Amino acid sequence: MAEISIAAPPASPTEAADHAALHRTLFIALAALLVVLPFIPVIGYPFFLMKVLCFALFACAFNLMLGYGGLLSFGHAAYFGFASYVSAYTAKHWGLTPEASILLGTASGAILGLAFGSLAIRRQGIYFAMITLALAQMVYFFSLQTPRFTGGEDGIQAVPRNALLGVLPLSNDTVTYYLVAAIFMAGILLIYRIIHSPFGQVLKAIRDNEARAVSLGYRVNQYKLAVFVLSASLAGLAGATKAVAVQLASLTDVHWSMSGEVVLMTLVGGMGTVFGPIVGAAVIISMQNFLAGLGAWVTIVQGVIFVICVLVFREGIVGVIGKWLKKPL
Amino acid sequence: MVGTSDEIILQTRGLTKDFKGFTAVSEVDLDVRRGSIHALIGPNGAGKTTCFNLLTKFLIPTRGTITYKGQDITQAKPADIARLGLVRSFQISAVFPHLTVLENVRIALQRKRGDNFDFWTSEAVLSALDAEAERLVEAVGLKDFVRHQAVELSYGRKRALEIATTLALDPEMMLLDEPMAGMGHEDVDRIAELIRRVSANRTILMVEHNLSVVASLSDRITVLARGKVLAEGDYATVSKDPRVIEAYIGAGHG
Repeated sequence: MAEISIAAPPASPTEAADHAALHRTLFIALAALLVVLPFIPVIGYPFFLMKVLCFALFACAFNLMLGYGGLLSFGHAAYFGFASYVSAYTAKHWGLTPEASILLGTASGAILGLAFGSLAIRRQGIYFAMITLALAQMVYFFSLQTPRFTGGEDGIQAVPRNALLGVLPLSNDTVTYYLVAAIFMAGILLIYRIIHSPFGQVLKAIRDNEARAVSLGYRVNQYKLAVFVLSASLAGLAGATKAVAVQLASLTDVHWSMSGEVVLMTLVGGMGTVFGPIVGAAVIISMQNFLAGLGAWVTIVQGVIFVICVLVFREGIVGVIGKWLKKPL
Repeated sequence: MVGTSDEIILQTRGLTKDFKGFTAVSEVDLDVRRGSIHALIGPNGAGKTTCFNLLTKFLIPTRGTITYKGQDITQAKPADIARLGLVRSFQISAVFPHLTVLENVRIALQRKRGDNFDFWTSEAVLSALDAEAERLVEAVGLKDFVRHQAVELSYGRKRALEIATTLALDPEMMLLDEPMAGMGHEDVDRIAELIRRVSANRTILMVEHNLSVVASLSDRITVLARGKVLAEGDYATVSKDPRVIEAYIGAGHG
């Protein structure tokens, strides 16, 4: 993963503190925005916003592995989609409360991540990506072949929104939206903490120069597996939340094109930036939503945007803004 | 040769590496004394780098044994020998380009925290290591660059940073892979001085092309040619050895 560009690092202790303060401000602004968003016309309908937030969390989870761990997974849909099935199934057929089904979904992402990760980390670069893709395809075909669990081509529809903790009814989309927004904020704050932890430092070192990290005595595979499981769990959290939010789990979520889409969101927004994947997800989901009238042409428009992105601003939207401001975002 | 004892810290016996019908290193017996600066030299293709990679476990030998401080490390993993105090450098400068100079050194210091996967802790806990990291950065003359990204440094400074990072582990033995490769004249002198300085209380084994550096730094020299040990001794001895002269001049390399 030689071509990973990162915004400028802190140049002095005070600057590092400045950046932390900037990030804090941005997180507060983001939280405030999430509170008022449902009241803004045109984009402010909760169903759309929930979708954006779930995919934004998914992209952030993916970016944790690619942007900070230097590991390109091409099968992240497996954790997202499988968790979404588990969450939808347990809510619908076992009648579990949302928090329980979301937790179970997240756990299924973690377990899948542990199993797939321990195989994939044995190889590097393109081989790593191929193994993750192949394993994710197994999950897709499993989902296709087990309609009793996944509903096959129909998916699991009309997932019930049971009362949160058994008491708080998720009576309408707006209430559910605030639950999703809270999960999203918790998720990205956790990711931010991971990036800025001693563990995160080692991770960045491995991304930058794996052989050197080995020669310093780091057992790099254990670190890679750890970030793989963290990323898969968070992708699972996003998928499980999505099943409750949009009340549907379907084959689309485990399909390989979903793995491609999360790569696209991350690159458009800015790989290796904190806020990039959120922006990327918002852009891609908005396009799919507001250009839906174009039908199949949406995919072509998406493709064109991707090509422009790679050619003109490889750092992604937020990466470019960060460069202008000379601050890591 | 102050501080050199007769104790052998690193020893190989019959070390051999075959690559599909080609023997890169053949039956090498090497004895490195504790506290010495030992150089491994030889014409291009002599097997120096292969030998080096065998010692640092980045390659697994076909035959033979490697013993470090009396312990058989022939089958050990690269990360494990680093934990035993045997730390290597790389031929192409090995820094973490997108970390700052300080962070580069701190990554090595962080090893002391053990196998810690505490992703929930703030990196603020690492600032406890800053003072020591700064001291090491200063010791290699990079004080003015402490907050710079490593990628911005000149080649010579990257090598200095690499040495600072290696020193942060306080290794008993350092293996340096062509520390002077690709360096300008002033840099060569600076790094040679640095190596001499850090060699106190340590053992250094280095692969090096620059013969004047080898002559001035090393206590002992092993000359390799075609994967075999050709001669061994101090500079005065090996430089007069007719086989060594032939291997260098005859092969047309230097």
